[in-house]
Amino acid sequence: MMPSYTNDYIAGILRNTRTIAMVGASGNEMRPSYFAMKYLLDHGFKVVPINPGLAGKEILGQKVYGALKDVPGPVDMVDIFRSPDAAPGIVKDALAEKERFGLKTIWMQLGVVNEVAAQMARAAGLNVVMDRCPKIEYGRLSGEIGWMGVNRRVIDNRKPATFSKGGSLNRG
Amino acid sequence: MSDYGFDTLAVHAGAHPDPATGARSTPIYQTTSFVFESADQAAALFNLQVFGNIYTRIMNPTTAVLEERIAALEGGRVGLATASGHAAQVIAFHTLMEPGCEILAARQLYGGSLNQLSQSFAKFNWGAKFVDATEPENFRRELNEKTRCIFIESIANPGGFITDIEAIAAIAHSAGIPLIVDNTFATPYLIRPIEWGADVVVHSATKYLNGHGNSIAGLIVDSGKFDWGQNNKFPTLTEPCPSYHGMRFWETFGDMAFGVACRVLGLRDLGPALSPMNAFLTLTGIETLPLRMQKHCDNALEVARWLKRHPKVAWVNYAGLEDDPCYNLHRTYCPKGAGSVFTFGVTGGYEAGVALVNNVRLFSHLANVGDTRSLIIHPASTTHRQLDDDKKRAAGAGPEVIRVSIGIEDAKDIIADLDQALNAAAD
Repeated sequence: MMPSYTNDYIAGILRNTRTIAMVGASGNEMRPSYFAMKYLLDHGFKVVPINPGLAGKEILGQKVYGALKDVPGPVDMVDIFRSPDAAPGIVKDALAEKERFGLKTIWMQLGVVNEVAAQMARAAGLNVVMDRCPKIEYGRLSGEIGWMGVNRRVIDNRKPATFSKGGSLNRG
Repeated sequence: MSDYGFDTLAVHAGAHPDPATGARSTPIYQTTSFVFESADQAAALFNLQVFGNIYTRIMNPTTAVLEERIAALEGGRVGLATASGHAAQVIAFHTLMEPGCEILAARQLYGGSLNQLSQSFAKFNWGAKFVDATEPENFRRELNEKTRCIFIESIANPGGFITDIEAIAAIAHSAGIPLIVDNTFATPYLIRPIEWGADVVVHSATKYLNGHGNSIAGLIVDSGKFDWGQNNKFPTLTEPCPSYHGMRFWETFGDMAFGVACRVLGLRDLGPALSPMNAFLTLTGIETLPLRMQKHCDNALEVARWLKRHPKVAWVNYAGLEDDPCYNLHRTYCPKGAGSVFTFGVTGGYEAGVALVNNVRLFSHLANVGDTRSLIIHPASTTHRQLDDDKKRAAGAGPEVIRVSIGIEDAKDIIADLDQALNAAAD
């Protein structure tokens, strides 16, 4: 059973996020993490890729770091593109940098659910999202993913901003 | 949005005031193509890394509103529009089937679907087996290692037979394969197959969804609930895709994988795209679906009850009648109504059937169903003319059989027209 979040909760997180540290970012252009990173960069987010095997190199023009502790702040969100059992260790590393980053959110990707990691993050006062993709959620709430026939579960009664400028996500 | 009711979704789901102009009704984006912002953005679009419009064969902003609306009404994850209901079936099966695989289908299907599955699909080396769906266990008996899906109609054409979706879904899932339901005759107003366990829903939107007999259109809804990775039966979804640089749909798109693959493989390569104009007409029709569908059903029940008492009528097959074999399934699956297409037999046989269609003055004699207008056809002299009498009877098209699709006119006028035509036919 997928965890459930309100549209307002997800929209609030996305509106208050500028910089995302993506743990498990891949340099392979057909991997899901590359898709998400490409999309988020295109939509105005700063994305810092974390991948020990590629430290010092670049993905999509962004410098890759080997670990969260090496990333200069600020970081609003840590996005976990790793297996669920890796999540608690990543959250522990993230919490160690919480004040320096100004960290607000731990986000776990589609298929990543780990209640231990979620509880650690909640106890530290962070927002937690599991089993979701920020690319899909941004596309859904802006309206853009409707172009793919996806059921957004949103009704719009006002003219949204053009989708490339955030669409409905940029209201309110 | 799950809080919004069905009637609200029928009007609003998928639509938004146009971002460029504020137009409230969905604009008809009558264009083949969409300009790229840059070479980099074009590459990202073709790689499926960003969402956006490329070419109307694959997606179009008008059509997308229709796609999202049907997904919302069916309670699914993704919708996809096609040029016809038949095209929707081709695309859905193309995503699931490999040469040598089989579709296990109900015998109670629209005749056009029987032809598509048994004749045309054989050219792709897709097999098809048909079983009597009145007994769900018949499906279990015909499952084998080559079976890739079960295909049924929620309310079957032409008999108005109602299918036990939940029981058949359980049989499909026990074999690790999806249940595909053609929901054309019920529409999501009467039955939402996904709530009963269906994994994919297909429509001929030409019928009640459009409802006005002015466009041919098809739709696919992916429930997002089927686990495509549970076995190795669906390589299109789970294996690296050569035409997308080795991307795997199931890994990359998760619960949208089937719907996305239908679009970017099926529509892209097979080509049966819906025109934006027809998408607009279908969208406009859907806004009044709940009102029309209830009126269709109420009229059909009144007409069926009246026919049952008519001396020139031998029998009436309508699941809404208390003594019909499908009455209990109707109360379980679609208590709001049993649809508005049904068959009845005239006492005078073939000649009486021909005379009836020749004498109606309000009914239209044609081969469609699900129109605002009441429609009538005598299958033995038209759609099933090429069959001998035994085969006609086996197909539910015996010489005395009349099929009607009851419209949304005044019931008293529909009844009066049938009455004068039945009496004239007997003279």
